[in-house]
Amino acid sequence: MAMMSGADIVLESLKRLGVDTVFGYPGGAVLPLYDRFPAHPEIHHVLVRHEQAAGHAADGYARASGRLGVALATSGPGATNLVTAITNAQMDSIPTLFITGNVTRALIGRDGFQEADITGITMPTVKHNYLVMQAQDIAHTIAEAAYLATTGRKGAVHVDIPKDVFIEQADFEWPERVSVRGYRIPGKASPESVRHAAAIIDAAERPVILAGHGILQAEASEELRRFAERGGIPILNTLLGLGGIPQDHALAYGMMGMHGSYWANHTASNADVIIGLGMRMDDRALGRFADMNPTAKIVHVDIDPAEHGKNLFTIAPVVGDVKQVLPQLTDAIQKQSHVPWIRWIDTLRNEHRHSMSVPSGTDLTMQYVVSKIAEFAGREAIFTTGVGQHQMWAAQFMDISRPRQFITSGGLGTMGFEVPAAMGAQAACRDRQVWTICGDGGFQMTFQEIATMVDEALPVKMAIMNNGFLGMVRQWQELFHNDNYVSVAMSQPDFVKIAEAYGIRGIRVTDQSQVEDAIREAAAHPGPVIVDFQVVPEENVWPMVPAGASLSETIEGPVPVTR
Amino acid sequence: MTSSTTHTVTALVEDRPGVLNRVASLFRRRGFNIESLAVGSTEEAGISRMTIVVDGPPSIVDQVEKQLDKLIDVVTVETLSESESVMRELALIKVSCRPEQRGEVLDVVGIFRGSVVDISPITVIVQLTAAKETLDALIENLRPYGIREMVRTGRIALARGPRTTGVHQQESEEQRRFHQEIGRMPEGALPFDSK
Repeated sequence: MAMMSGADIVLESLKRLGVDTVFGYPGGAVLPLYDRFPAHPEIHHVLVRHEQAAGHAADGYARASGRLGVALATSGPGATNLVTAITNAQMDSIPTLFITGNVTRALIGRDGFQEADITGITMPTVKHNYLVMQAQDIAHTIAEAAYLATTGRKGAVHVDIPKDVFIEQADFEWPERVSVRGYRIPGKASPESVRHAAAIIDAAERPVILAGHGILQAEASEELRRFAERGGIPILNTLLGLGGIPQDHALAYGMMGMHGSYWANHTASNADVIIGLGMRMDDRALGRFADMNPTAKIVHVDIDPAEHGKNLFTIAPVVGDVKQVLPQLTDAIQKQSHVPWIRWIDTLRNEHRHSMSVPSGTDLTMQYVVSKIAEFAGREAIFTTGVGQHQMWAAQFMDISRPRQFITSGGLGTMGFEVPAAMGAQAACRDRQVWTICGDGGFQMTFQEIATMVDEALPVKMAIMNNGFLGMVRQWQELFHNDNYVSVAMSQPDFVKIAEAYGIRGIRVTDQSQVEDAIREAAAHPGPVIVDFQVVPEENVWPMVPAGASLSETIEGPVPVTR
Repeated sequence: MTSSTTHTVTALVEDRPGVLNRVASLFRRRGFNIESLAVGSTEEAGISRMTIVVDGPPSIVDQVEKQLDKLIDVVTVETLSESESVMRELALIKVSCRPEQRGEVLDVVGIFRGSVVDISPITVIVQLTAAKETLDALIENLRPYGIREMVRTGRIALARGPRTTGVHQQESEEQRRFHQEIGRMPEGALPFDSK
């Protein structure tokens, strides 16, 4: 055992965890830690331009690679700037570790310079958090934090370390195992719960699978495919579940939810058995809970038992890791094909395909742009999005068919997520092409990270869907507030000049005919690129389930809305 | 006597700074109503027991239990039924009582098997450990004399008989083998190369 400083223990611990990249921003309380980075060259520190971006980059890094994402910030404002990113990662169950410095132990609780009660602030938004008060506790705390972040229902874990603890000397002792007696990791499901679920599935005439983010997190795509094929059960995806099954699979019927397809939403509404797999019955996916197909029996497989019955009555809760439960269920159910039900859905899809297709004509629409980017970048590329219309159109038209291909802020709905998340994804996957589909609003929240991309040679392709509006807000003002546009139109800077200012390539696209060339040029360019797509200003995302309506009330297009 | 809307949840928690905050914050955040909360040490060092009385429909109890169990510092959660457990709370009641009223007051206290633990020329402090309803009844009977101040601890409870709310133990060797067999990492093993 060697004596070392708390700072060395932090970095040594991260090395033991296999962490190679940390996104962070220095400051007074973490100076002793930064002082020791040069002594640990195995860990690459990415200097961001704002702590929120460090958090989102760690989040994007984790989503793209499946590995633990790590972000670092100083005390006070540095730490509070992380809060949005922490909450975002926790809402979407992303394995992330957030480390903050704090004021020295003697100053804690005295409202000193740059003190914030950051463990108090993050407490309700993390899986767990720690305030480490002695250097000798650092190693096992970081091991435990990483263990919690990456197992069970994954999530955000926060470790706060006072400045003088980084300086204090202690023995470095890396634990072989961690011991958390209040923590259990569900694996296989109990045989009774599987039998009960299988009996309900076998008796179904119109079953449907709602496949969520859990399929991606557990890397259970293959298990999902086998289960669906044996049971002859159509699959719908939640937003974060996109990529869990290839879109061209015969049983894949795309995304359900507020902007899901008409046929997906009506399939969910007409099923007699709903099988939720690794999803949390969210309101944006299911619409009004009270009218979410009240007669259907719900089978719900989730690693987090607290999700069972939280929003909907669940007749057959199955607690377990979906990767281990699906083979159990596949063995337990009968082989079926449900031909009339699948035909019914196919007919519905054929009749309603028009309401979810790229508009014809020569207008430069977001739908056209995102579908072209997907077409040119291909399945190996990674796409990130912000939040709003462009996100929904990306989900609808980018043919997401591979796990970890589509990185988007689902639960928290964080505008400004797109650019730093893409940066993190690119840092994790340097050999892949990373495109970030940005709203013009969200882009301006975090585009300072272009400087980081330049420093780090991260060639992210930034496609700005520039319509001069906060598009989704405008759509809601149009539809639900009688066209009363308030604080929603935005003047925009010259994005090509912004590109120039950062020393990167900028391309402006004002006409549909320029789209393909611009995408090719951006892809071929070795560095980061901004493509400013000046799309039609007032377009609405259809289909749509109005807020508070049920999935069966899906509206397909512009009709007078009287809600 | 069974109240249909209150539920007694007992939780064994790690005795660490912030654990009360985590539990209280969870109740606030999820909109669960706490009627009372009592915390104290247990037979095991490092473990505290929280007894929480929750107000709400039966459907809420399942969520309360699961959300509590999700907290890393919460080791075990159990809902105790009124019929199968002993539930008590303690009250100290300072009652106005002139010397000539003492006989009367002591009679009332005696009927409830309470005791007088402090006395002054114009007051007594009555102590009673009992179920909530018994305490309520005593208080009603003392009210005519004038209650000057009062404190109640909130409910504590234990299951009747030999059954205990066990602390989750580390995996046995046998369980560990089983988990490895089914492809699940043994509990506590670091899910990454720790070399």
